[in-house]
Formats: sequence, C-alpha cells, structure tokens
Amino acid sequence: MAKIISNKYLGQDIHVMKIEGNFKGEMGQFYMVRSWDNYPVLSRPLSIHDIDDEGISFLYRVVGDGTKNFSKLEVNDEIKLEGPYGNGFPKVEGKVLLVGGGMGVAPLYLTAKRVSKLEDVEKLDVFMGFREKEMLKGEYEKYADNVHINVGGIITDDVDVDKYDYIFTCGPEIMMEKLVKMAKGKDTKVYVSIEKRMACGIGACLVCTCKTKDGNKKTCKDGPVFLGEDVFYE
Amino acid sequence: MSNLEVKFKDIKFKNPVIMASGTFGFGREYNEIYDIEKLGGISTKGLTINKKEGNDGIRIWETSSGIMNSVGLENPGIKGFIENDMKFLNDLDLVTIVNIGGATLQDYIDAVKLISKENVDIIELNISCPNVKAGGMAFGIEKESARKIVRIIRKTTSLPLVVKLSPNARNIVEIAKVCEEEGADGVSLVNTFKAMAIDINKRKNIFNNTYAGLSGPAIKPIALRMVHEVSKAVNIPIMAMGGITNYKDALEFIMAGATCIHVGTANFINPKIGLEIIKGIDEYMERENIKSLDEIRGII
Repeated sequence: MAKIISNKYLGQDIHVMKIEGNFKGEMGQFYMVRSWDNYPVLSRPLSIHDIDDEGISFLYRVVGDGTKNFSKLEVNDEIKLEGPYGNGFPKVEGKVLLVGGGMGVAPLYLTAKRVSKLEDVEKLDVFMGFREKEMLKGEYEKYADNVHINVGGIITDDVDVDKYDYIFTCGPEIMMEKLVKMAKGKDTKVYVSIEKRMACGIGACLVCTCKTKDGNKKTCKDGPVFLGEDVFYE
Repeated sequence: MSNLEVKFKDIKFKNPVIMASGTFGFGREYNEIYDIEKLGGISTKGLTINKKEGNDGIRIWETSSGIMNSVGLENPGIKGFIENDMKFLNDLDLVTIVNIGGATLQDYIDAVKLISKENVDIIELNISCPNVKAGGMAFGIEKESARKIVRIIRKTTSLPLVVKLSPNARNIVEIAKVCEEEGADGVSLVNTFKAMAIDINKRKNIFNNTYAGLSGPAIKPIALRMVHEVSKAVNIPIMAMGGITNYKDALEFIMAGATCIHVGTANFINPKIGLEIIKGIDEYMERENIKSLDEIRGII
C-alpha cells in the first residue's frame, strides 16, 4: 500500500496522480495499479509518467470504473502498485524524437527526462498531439531541446523523420503505424509503445497478445515497447 | 502451522491450493514474484497437440464481479511445452497438473500419448473450453460424447486422469457420473460460463468469437452449487474452482465436497493471492481446532 500525494485534473479528461514512495522504473515501463479491493476485478496498467525523490506519477484518462475510482482519490488515500513491468524504451544515441498522441504522452515525460541524460544523445525533440488544447508543454521543455504541439490536427504531418536517428512513440495505433510507414526504408528506427487490455500484467495470461513478425508477443512482458516495423497493427 | 495436506486419490498435495489453468502460465512469471513451491500445485495453461496462436481481437472484458476471456487456447503445443517448461516444473516441489485440450478425438489421443511419457502428476482433460472449437467443449456438453472421450483417454494413459467439466453441460452431474464410470480418477469443475458482451456504440459484439468465458466472483455461487451436486453424486475426488478469491471461498468449496481448489481470476486481483488463501485456511484450522481438512470436507 502506498499513499497519494496529489491527484489533479489537467483538462481534456486527463488527470495526474502522484504516489509517495521509493519506486523503481525505466522509461516506458508500467505498473499494475488499483485503489480498490475486488471490484473491478482487474488492476489498471498505467505507464510511468515520472519518478522523482518524492514518488511516482501516473497520467490517466477517466474511461471506466477503474480510472473513475482513481479520479476520486484524495491526498493520503491508499493505492496498490505492482511493478515495474514491461521492457521499456531502449537506451539510444544520436538524434531522438518522442511523439505522443493524447494519453500517449503519459510515458514520454520520464522518457524525455531519461533520454536527455543519456551521454550520446545529441538532440531530443518532443512532439505531442492533443484534440482541444495545448498542455504540459513547459514540463517537457525542461528536458527537450524543442517541444512542438499540434492541437486538433494530425501530429505526424509535422514530423520529418529524416532529422532523427530514433523515434519513440506512444498513442493511437494509427498514429504509430503512420510513423513506422514514414520511416520505412530509412535509417530512422521507430519504437512504439503498444496499449492492450491486460489482466495479469506479467506474461502469464496471454490476454494482451501483440501480433508481430516474430509471432505472438506478450505486450506486458515482451513489450509494451516494440520495434515499430515488427508489429502488425490492428 | 496446521496440517493442510490433502490426498487426491494417492496424490499428496502439501495444501489444497492449486493455481488454475490459463491464469498462471507454466508458473515461471509468478515464481519471479513469490516462491510458488509454497502452493499445493499448478495446472498448466491448456495445451494442444500443435501450437496455437489463439483468438484475434479483444481477449478480455470486465463485467460486474468478473471477467470474460477469449484467449482461444494460445499455447506452444505439447512439444514446445516439454522442451521449454517441463523441466522447470519438474524441478519444483509441487504437484504438476497438465491441462490438455483438442479439436478432435485424435488430437486428444496424440497429446495425451506425448505427455504421458513425461514426469507429470496429473492430466487434466479439458473438455470444457468455450472459446474455440478446439477447446473441446463439444465433448463436455453431452453425456455420450463425454463418455466416448474419457473411455478412450483412460485407455491411452496410466497417469492420474482428472476431467475438467463445463458448467455449460446439459447436466453436469450426469457428465461427472460418466467420468467416474469410465475410470477417471477425479473431476475438476467448473470451467468458465459461456457469456457475451456488446458494444452499444459500435453496435457490435465485443469478442470476435461473439461468445467468451465468464469467470471470477460472479460465478462463485453457481460453481459452488454445481460442486455440491456433483460431490453428492460421485465417489471420485473433486477439484473445485469458480471465483475463489479468499480463504472463505476456498473453505466453502471444501465443505461442499471438494478435495482441493483452484484459484484463477483472483490471481489478477492480487498476484500473491495463493499464499493469502493458504494462510487464511491455516489460521482458520488453528482457530477452529481442525486437525485435517477431512474433518470439514463435504459436511454440507
């Protein structure tokens, strides 16, 4: 059991909660989170938004009973976390771009923070797409050389893949697939963070299978980060 | 510490808590979280003679107090299992139950023949997976088809044979009786209930297969009733499952006649739930001055 330090509404259905404690985690990994006993049955997989000296943060959108429960949590309320799970983004070098669409920006904050500290990274840009309004720009600017935000449009239209050695992306599959297609035949490597419904979170139950060129993979254990060109998108 | 040991025919379990097929893989992942040798046993992910990729589309959906799954028996095939996971399980001090499914009678025969050469404690014959034709539920609905498969599989293997029954059977008690008549060493029940969900906005079924298998606390009272009915009708031991989430649920099933219990969906609520249930049973026995679970088995 851990305690809530803060739980704020940021707008556009997006909330951010911070939980006290010394939590581990790599960029792109996730925790299975629940703030209730038995119902809903399943914990919610939330990717790590940030880790600092005080605790761990998660960005979430209210979509069902579980996330609705999260949104009602107050300071000092208790919450259970299991993790960190999953592989996370690879440590890379050169010019790096992070592309997030909507809630997909969630794992990219810790990712920006960690990538910016990698020795051989020359440049780090962050592109984010939102439906209604700009948000979180200042936060990401702390670590990125350039933060670009597209509101109401298509974020991939703004990306020039040739400028980067690596692109890490999280968001709607259609957006990630587009980036993979744009980078096809080029030197740019695209890593995608896949979102699937999960149950166990550790690779035992096979409900989050991701189809890839190497056969079925477990999104929770083999992923959630995959080399974009390996994934068969739905 | 109370004596939680139970005997399922001649097979000794250090405690009656087994992890249910399909929720626990082959044990490796959970073994990274806790020492799974503390469990009584595990039932493997359902295996088929050949590797299976499983179902497309959404595979899990929540409902009040339960989940529906449509994994569709994704598994590495018996050979893949033997090559990669058999040794891991053999090296552990717990009862290994290998769950076998199939599309045709021949699939079952071939799979059972192969696995019978291995060091396996129990074969759990799955004639009850609702998610694929290859899950064999067709064999578990009608009495005569169940009789046919159990008779043949009984002749195919000398390993202890437990038949996993479907709550979707026309009459689960009749099927259990048939299993006993044909020489099964025990029965396990219940598998998931055939269920469905619809997305009203898309006006489409949630699952590509339309139907899926419902498990979790939602099914517990019905599963308990079925275990009770079956236990009154047969003399072979029963492994009981269906929404067991805590030690109280486990004890209810034992009082209804089960020798041991399987925990499935609850692993997703708490990955260490198996340990908590064992601890809860232990404390209950101490509190109630129970020396052996035989004292309370089938008392209802």
